[in-house]
Amino acid sequence: MTKFTDHLGRPVVAVTGIGVVTSLGVGKKDNWEALTAGRSGIHPITRFPVDQLNTRIAGTVDFLASSSKGASALTYELAETAAGEAITEAGFTIDDFGGPLFLASPPVELDWHDRLALYKGGDREPASDRLLEVARNLNSLEMFDSAQFASIADRLADRFGATGLPITLSTACASGATAIQLGVEAIRRGEAQRALSIGADGSATAEALIRFSLLSALSTSNDAPEKASKPFSKDRDGFVLAEGSAALVLESLESATARGATVLGIIQGCGEKADDFHRTRSKPDGSPAIAAVRAALADAGLGEDGIDYINAHGTSTPENDKMEHMSLSTVFGEHINRIPISSNKSMIGHTLSAAGAIEAAFSLMTMREGVIPPTINYDNPDPAIALDVVPNVKREASVRTVLSNSFGFGGQNTCLVMAREPV
Amino acid sequence: MSARDVVITGIGLVSSLGEGADTHWQKLSASGTKPVIDAERFAPYTIHPLPEIDWSLQIAKRGDQRQMETWQRLGTYVAGLALTDAGIKDNEDLCATMDMVVAAGGGERDVAVDSDILAASVQRDDFDVLLNEKLTTELRPTLFLAQLSNLLAGNISIVHKVTGSSRTFMGEEGAGVSAIETAAARIRSGQSTHMLVGGAFQTEHPDMLLGYELAGYLHRGEWKPVWQRQGAEGGGIVSGSGGAFLVLESREHAKKRGQRIYATLGPVASGRARRGKDELAAGIGKLLDTIDAPENGLLAISGASGAHKATATEKAVIDARTDIAARAFSTLTGHLKEAQFPFAVALAALAVANSAAYPPFEAGEKAFDGPLKSVLATTIGYHHFEGMALVSASD
Repeated sequence: MTKFTDHLGRPVVAVTGIGVVTSLGVGKKDNWEALTAGRSGIHPITRFPVDQLNTRIAGTVDFLASSSKGASALTYELAETAAGEAITEAGFTIDDFGGPLFLASPPVELDWHDRLALYKGGDREPASDRLLEVARNLNSLEMFDSAQFASIADRLADRFGATGLPITLSTACASGATAIQLGVEAIRRGEAQRALSIGADGSATAEALIRFSLLSALSTSNDAPEKASKPFSKDRDGFVLAEGSAALVLESLESATARGATVLGIIQGCGEKADDFHRTRSKPDGSPAIAAVRAALADAGLGEDGIDYINAHGTSTPENDKMEHMSLSTVFGEHINRIPISSNKSMIGHTLSAAGAIEAAFSLMTMREGVIPPTINYDNPDPAIALDVVPNVKREASVRTVLSNSFGFGGQNTCLVMAREPV
Repeated sequence: MSARDVVITGIGLVSSLGEGADTHWQKLSASGTKPVIDAERFAPYTIHPLPEIDWSLQIAKRGDQRQMETWQRLGTYVAGLALTDAGIKDNEDLCATMDMVVAAGGGERDVAVDSDILAASVQRDDFDVLLNEKLTTELRPTLFLAQLSNLLAGNISIVHKVTGSSRTFMGEEGAGVSAIETAAARIRSGQSTHMLVGGAFQTEHPDMLLGYELAGYLHRGEWKPVWQRQGAEGGGIVSGSGGAFLVLESREHAKKRGQRIYATLGPVASGRARRGKDELAAGIGKLLDTIDAPENGLLAISGASGAHKATATEKAVIDARTDIAARAFSTLTGHLKEAQFPFAVALAALAVANSAAYPPFEAGEKAFDGPLKSVLATTIGYHHFEGMALVSASD
C-alpha cells in the first residue's frame, strides 16, 4: 500500500504535470532532446543592438509571439506556455485548475520604449513631470499592467482558474525553487490538494544585461556563444543571461493516486538559509549554502548518503562554482566522489527567476528517463574543483533522488530534494 | 488558546507622523491629529513625506547605508524597530533562526540618468543604441542592487542578521496580505517559531507616483480625507512614505522567553475578486465571513486607499454592516502600498493592546465605544487583491 504521509507525518507531495520553455525550445520533448544531446541554446543577441556592450550573447527566448514585446509580456507568455503544458499533462481542465498559484518572476519596471513614448507625448519640463502628466492623460491600462508587480499572476490566475490570491515572489536566482517550496508547503499544511508553481523570466533587456555586466557577473566569451557557459571549468568567466520558464503541477500523493494520475516524481524536501555576508557575494565559509543543503536533506528525511545526483546551481561564475563545490564537499564528505553533479546552465544559461523551477523540471525528467544531462564545455577542468560533472556527454544512470541547488543574489538560498518514487 | 497561536510581539512603524509603535499610538489615539502633507514637491500631487530619520540608529555602518537607496534603508530601519521592540535585535540565536517574509515593490531608479537619456533621445533616431551608450557609462553598478525587490530582505539579513529564511513577495497591497497570511500559517503549522514580516514604501520618487498614475489613480487638487475623495479631481489615492514590520511568534515561543504580547493574530483571509466582473463587494463580504468577524460592534482599521472604485465598494459593504466603525488610516499616513496591510494589522494590535479605540480620523467616521477584544484590519487593493485579519486580545 502506498504511504501518503512522509517521515514527519505530512502529506507526500507528488508532481503530476511538468511544462518547460528555454532557449532550446518549447516543451519537454524538444528541451530534453537538446539537453541530452549536449546542445547549447546560447547565441548572439539579436533582440536589441549590442553596440557598446561587453557581453553580446544570451540565452534569450526569441521564438514566442511576445519575444519582442517587452519583459512583462514575454514573462507572461513564458509562464502561460509552461503552465499550459503542465496542467494538460496533469489532466486538469485548462481553465479550471482549482488550486493556488505561486509565481516566481522578475521584478517589473516600465519598459524603456513605453517611457520614451510617454516622453514624446508632451513637452513639459522636467521629464519626470512630463511622464506623469502624459501618463494620466493617456491612462493606458496595458502600460499600467506592465508595471504592476501583481499583473502577471493575476492574468495567469484568470487564464487557468487558480484559486485565491496568487503569490508573486522573488528570491533572486532561487525564486523558481521558492515557488515550488511555497506550493509544497501549502499542500503539506493541508491548505490545498494541488498547487501550480511557476518560474518564468523574460527579462533579458539591454538594461538587465548592462546591470549584470556592471557587476562583472557575465561571461564575455562572445566569439563562441555556445561555449560561453562553462561551469566548473578553470577558465569560466561568468554566467550567461537567459530566459525561460517551467511549471509544476504539485499534488498530494493521495489526491494524485485517487484520481489515477501519473506520478512524475516526488518533491521530498525543501531547505533554505539566508546569507548575511554581502549583497552579491556569498559567505566565504559557505555556511549558508551548507545549511540550506542540510535543511533540504533533513526535510526530506535523508542522510548524506541519500542523494544519487546533484543538479548544481553551477552558474559558471568563478565564485559560485568554487563555493558550491566547497559546500557540497562539506555536506557530503567522501560521498561526493560518487555523486554525479551537472549544470543545466552549461546549455541554457542562467534563467534567473526561472532557474530553480526549470532545473527542478529537468531533475524530475532525469530521474524518470534514467539519463543525466551533461555539463558541456568542460574542456579545461578546474583542478580545484574535483567533481564528477558528467563532462560533455550524457550518462545513463538509475537516479532515485536528486538535490537541486539555487543560490541567489542577496543571499537567498533554496535547495530541493526530489525523488523518483514515494518512499 | 493554543501553544501555536500566532501572537504579535514586535511592531516597527514609520510614517509621516513619526517613528515607532508608541508614537503612532499617541498620535492616532489623540483627537484632531493633523496629517503631515507636502503639496508642493510633486504638484499637482500631494504626498505624506518621510519624517526626519537618523538612519544610524538602526543601520550602524555607513557602508551599509551607502549600499541602499531610501526605500531599502527605510525598510531595513523599520525592520530594526520591530526587532528592537520584540527584544530580538542583536540576539544572535533568535535572529539566525528567524524566518522572514518581506512584501516589496521595486527600488528607486536614477532620475538624472533617465532624464538625460530621454533628453538625448530628441536628437537621435537610434534610441536603443543611445540606451546602450548611456546606461553603460552612467549607471552606478550598485544602483541595480538598490532597485532589486529581494534586496530589501537581503539588506535586513546583512544589517540585522535575520537569516533563518528569506522570502520576498511582490505585488502591491496583495504582497503584504500574502506575507502576513503565509507567515501566520507557517507558525500555526509549527514550521516556524518566530517571523519577521512587513514592508516599506518610499513614495518620494517620480517613478513611484508614475506606478499609480499610469492608470490615473492619484488624487489631484486640494487634499481631502480618504472617504471624501469620490468625485474629486484625479483617481483618489494620496500616497505616503512609510513602513510597517511585525514580529510574529508562536504563543509558546513568546511565553518561554517572557516577551510582552501585544495581541493575537487570528484568522487572516485573502482574495482575488474579479473586479471587472463586479465581484469585489461579494468578495469583501466573503472575507468577513471567512475570518468570522464578530457582529456585536467592531472597530475596523481600514487600509482603504482612496482609489474611487475600490474605496466606494469597501465603504458600501462597511456601511451596510452598521455595527462596524471604520478608521481609514491613510488619511493620516497616505497610501503605503506593499506596507499597507502590515500597517493596518499593527494599528489593530495597538488598539487591542491599549484597550482603546482610535477616534474618527475624519468627520464622516462613526464614533466607537464598543468592545475592543477583537479589531479588524482590512486592505482592499486599489487595483486588485484584498485581505483581512482579525486581531484579538491575547487572553
